[in-house]
Amino acid sequence: MASEAVYSHRDPMLKKRDDFEDILEERRNCSDLRYALKCYTPVVYKGLTPCKAGVLKNMVLQSDQLHYVINQVSKETGKAPEDVQEEASAILEEMAHRMQLSTVRFFAFTLCKVFKTLFRSICVNEEGIQRLQQAIQEHPVVLLPSHRSYMDFLLMSYILFTYDLALPVIAAGMDFMGMKIVGEMLRMSGAFFIRRSFGGDKLYWAVFSEYVKTILKNGLAPVEFFLEGTRSRTAKSLTPKLGLLNIVMDPFLKGEVFDINVVPVSISYERILEETLYARELLGVPKPKESTSGLFKARRVLSEDYGSIHVYFGQPVSVRSLAEGRVNRCQFNLTPRHIPKRPSDDVHSFVNAAAYRLVRAQEENMVLKPWVLLASLLLQNHHQDLDQDRAAGPERGMGLDELTEEALWLRDVCRQYGAFLHWPDHVPPSEVVSSSLDLHRGLVRISEGRVRLAVEHAGPSGPGVHPGAGPEEQLLNQAVVVLSCASYRNQALHVFLRPALLASAMHIATSSNKQEVFNSFSFLRNMFSNEFILCPGATMQDFEEACFLLVKTGVLQITEQEVLSTHRGHRTLAFLTRMMDPFLQGYQVICMFLCEEASEALTEKTFIPAVRGFMVKQLLSGRLRYTEVLSSDLQKNALAALLRLGAVLKTKGADQTTLKVNRVMVNSLEDTLGGKLPTQKAAVARL
Amino acid sequence: CGSTSNTDAGGLFMWMSLIGHSLRQEIMKWNGWGYVDSKFQFNKKGQAEFTGKRYRLSGMVMPALKEWFESTFGASLQHKTPASAIPNSSAVQPPILNEAFVEDLKSTGIPFSQDAEDRVFRAHGHCLHEIFALREGKVGRVPDMVVWPSNHNDVVKIVELACKHNVCLIPYGGGTSVSSALECPPEETRTIVSVDTSQMNRILWIDEKNLTAHVEAGIVGQELERLLNESGYCTGHEPDSMEFSSLGGWVATRASGMKKNIYGNIEDLVVHIRMVTPQGVIEKSCQGPRMSTGPDIHHFILGSEGTLGVVTEVTMKIRPMPEYQKYGSVVFPNFEQGVACLRELTLITNVFAGHALKPQKFYITKFKGFDPNRLCVATLLFEGDRERVLQHEKQVYDIAAKFGGLAAGEDNGQRGYMLTFVIAYLRDLGMDYYVIGESFETSVPWDRVLDICRNVKERIIRECKERGVQFPPLSTCRVTQTYDAGACVYFYFAFNYRGLSDPVHVYEQVEHAARDEILANGGSLSHHHGVGKLRKEWMRETVSRVGMGMLKSVKDYVDPGNIFGNRNLL
Repeated sequence: MASEAVYSHRDPMLKKRDDFEDILEERRNCSDLRYALKCYTPVVYKGLTPCKAGVLKNMVLQSDQLHYVINQVSKETGKAPEDVQEEASAILEEMAHRMQLSTVRFFAFTLCKVFKTLFRSICVNEEGIQRLQQAIQEHPVVLLPSHRSYMDFLLMSYILFTYDLALPVIAAGMDFMGMKIVGEMLRMSGAFFIRRSFGGDKLYWAVFSEYVKTILKNGLAPVEFFLEGTRSRTAKSLTPKLGLLNIVMDPFLKGEVFDINVVPVSISYERILEETLYARELLGVPKPKESTSGLFKARRVLSEDYGSIHVYFGQPVSVRSLAEGRVNRCQFNLTPRHIPKRPSDDVHSFVNAAAYRLVRAQEENMVLKPWVLLASLLLQNHHQDLDQDRAAGPERGMGLDELTEEALWLRDVCRQYGAFLHWPDHVPPSEVVSSSLDLHRGLVRISEGRVRLAVEHAGPSGPGVHPGAGPEEQLLNQAVVVLSCASYRNQALHVFLRPALLASAMHIATSSNKQEVFNSFSFLRNMFSNEFILCPGATMQDFEEACFLLVKTGVLQITEQEVLSTHRGHRTLAFLTRMMDPFLQGYQVICMFLCEEASEALTEKTFIPAVRGFMVKQLLSGRLRYTEVLSSDLQKNALAALLRLGAVLKTKGADQTTLKVNRVMVNSLEDTLGGKLPTQKAAVARL
Repeated sequence: CGSTSNTDAGGLFMWMSLIGHSLRQEIMKWNGWGYVDSKFQFNKKGQAEFTGKRYRLSGMVMPALKEWFESTFGASLQHKTPASAIPNSSAVQPPILNEAFVEDLKSTGIPFSQDAEDRVFRAHGHCLHEIFALREGKVGRVPDMVVWPSNHNDVVKIVELACKHNVCLIPYGGGTSVSSALECPPEETRTIVSVDTSQMNRILWIDEKNLTAHVEAGIVGQELERLLNESGYCTGHEPDSMEFSSLGGWVATRASGMKKNIYGNIEDLVVHIRMVTPQGVIEKSCQGPRMSTGPDIHHFILGSEGTLGVVTEVTMKIRPMPEYQKYGSVVFPNFEQGVACLRELTLITNVFAGHALKPQKFYITKFKGFDPNRLCVATLLFEGDRERVLQHEKQVYDIAAKFGGLAAGEDNGQRGYMLTFVIAYLRDLGMDYYVIGESFETSVPWDRVLDICRNVKERIIRECKERGVQFPPLSTCRVTQTYDAGACVYFYFAFNYRGLSDPVHVYEQVEHAARDEILANGGSLSHHHGVGKLRKEWMRETVSRVGMGMLKSVKDYVDPGNIFGNRNLL
């Protein structure tokens, strides 16, 4: 698939971004009540024919598409069409939003109070707001915020209300509905609820897709959903889910609207509310069910400082121009448009490419705080300490000056790579560092002028073990801190990803031959394409971008034949390889597990606990260094990659899905990741 | 295209071909639509008027037109773009003559001409770029000769000689093409002979038992109706261009008329066709009303656009003239309702001819309770015996009422029909004041009508903006024909081109984009204008690769030497 059209590489230094305004500032000076009761008259879509919620439901229930599916389901199941119609109506009832301005005002008032307590500022790019306002008037709008916190969609609606913009209807997971009152209140502020999985349920899909399309086509409200499908627990962007994107692009592809504007929104939190919650979840402590009382227990949260939030409304993307030359819209000419059809190959690859492009647009406009750089450095230092067996000694950690110096160096690298870094240049660097450390004091320890992660190291049998805490529990406690820290480092991963893949490729390649390095790069990129956002089919561009950045910054010299590191490039290369190392090692360990330990009866369900058990053993015995690999996210991604590459096969049984391991292949992948095998053309072709 | 219905023009004038071929040029514009004496102009008081005596509108002053014109296009009467004078013969390329062909042709006694004016007159249709070039005095490749066969046998002789001497023939009927079909291929190096069929204009016989008439194909629409009316009959085929377009042209392009709901399109009206091709004459052996004898060979001829031969004679269905005719109109609150109503009407009854359009303000009457920016008028025509007409009329108005439609009187109906023919004259007025435009059509399933209208109109506006057009364009549409399975939609597109260095190029780019949009929205390449050279590039995707191959193999068999070398269609 050609991806040039959706992804072009240029000097990232040239990226131009808007300035921010703090919307809490005004709130701190005037009445919240007056604000919540302000006159709210948003501009609307120019082709809008307004209608009430009840009318909307009727439009959906009476649509040709739904009629068709109802008849189809009725024929297949033998149920009377009226009964199926009833079911459809019930599904819609369960799903539909009931937006009420009064509830929105209530939320606006409450959120004011909450936000002011939790956050120092909420910064919004006002130019983006103006662009959005324009976009809403012209065409139906889809809002695609990044998803890092429960807060995201309330925050979005709050901002839109503040700027007098049309309030979106939001696709929310059904789990919210479990929160009795809150669920209903969310509904009244524009949320509609969808079941997490409804795989084969035709009727559900029909009601759902028709509901979204009806809102969109008529321009009743902007439709908001999360391209990543769920909150990213790791702060890395997740592989985009295509279901809803397919639905919202459909009206354009079928000519039912002239165009649709898609607006990526990047929400970056200086400190994530769910920080430790996520880490625990990734480590297999089960996720607390969303419940109202749980939310109130979170009151403790209210007494802490969570820094600032940056919300960047990206450039609206016209679906029409995205699709130009990529989708032949005539393909819908020969069947009535209301008959549901699986997307054709070209539509599928178009939507997929668009989804990646949009996630990358989100990534690009994520604001990075100095702490992100500090977290990256401290994590690397932590691992070096482990390596050199001084994890418990007095030389562990980094001197504050050393940390500051390294951070400044990294700041400059970051900027050269085009990161959207908010480093206050007018503040002395040491103050920047100390205030960042202060905000995240739960994750770091500062003593005698040295900084380290707040990880109590005991070693397998060393001193300092808390009485009553077994080694495994201790390990998990350490991992919570490491994973929390990693989630901040992950915020910057997209900035370093391509150069880092190249650095690692050079590391595992058997020579500096350019083709060989490219093969290794291609191998790693392919291996990690479930782990990171890597646009399908863009290997060449990614490689060129990585080369461009590293040559520009004097790290590499690239000739016709060879890729060579320069003397002064060593520091950068070392940093970049260390950044990738936990992932490389994680995937290797999983391969090792599959080759050595996995039994014939390994199932999809038991995979994660089994891998985790294996890893814990390895960690405790000191054979494995990175506690980060305990993240179930990494484990799932690795499995997905192995399945994609055919190294593991799924066999669906009656009640469970078993995993069949191709040991030869897994073994060879493990070796290649460790740099033992050359990534020959044949190996790449096989992948 | 412009039109008049026979009742408008009836009896006021005679067709010039009765007097002699060269007169056609004297009463018709050489660089614009229609008759020399009929045109819109702004008089000394700055009011618009329509000159001449031929039409009901002739001699009328239309005060609202100026305001509409100025406000719609941002045009001003101060900024004129007058047409240049007719180019003298030195501006026209000297003819490429095949002397041997000329010698042989002389011996047949068939009249012909190498006069520059005769040649230029037959070198174009009415596409915007063709007329624009003429108004600027620019003339490209033109036919080298014009011949006037007076019957089928003359055509047989001409085609034989053309084959013998390898001469290129381009049939010419009424010259109302809007598909670049009459343009001479610039790369053609052979002698190009324009075969003007205007002298083949007689009704050879009328068969009252079978209700058919056998007619020479060069006859133009209004003449055919006038002559049939004298005997108490009509064909009912009334394309918008019927004043000027010919029977042969209708067959060659698959024409459609505004009363097709009652009488049918040209393919429904023909019983027998005779065409002269390089391989000989093609025709059927009998006049059975329907046959199962393999694919209908008429369908190789219908729509062949002059690439296979010259249609010389056609047997057509005729009907007794309707006893009673009544115009009508319905006003709807919006276009959506109007379209929904036309669909309903089509399914229930086929006894009317109707259009739904969004009227422009220069002729609109105000209707109480309707938003003038959104309302939509449907014009109707009922024909038949009086009692049934009145009965159908009531039925139609009852259905219309269900869609919020109000009867808006006979006058509005008649005016609506009148408007379809003046539009073409309006374009000439625009071209005097920096405004260029055109209409183009498509056919589309009912469920797509509203979507295609919205998207194509929007695409036009957007493309104009992107291409630097300084003024918002006129971009509007109407439904002109209805079928059980869909409708024919016309788009009107015009803009003020002040500030553009190459307005025709911009126009063509926008029209091209609009056609892409039409196809992407499930519309056809053409409902009745044809493909010509203007829309050739989309033919393959329209009829599939195999379909293209079928058409090509027919061309290869019938005309291996590409004598009919206008390069249309394929």
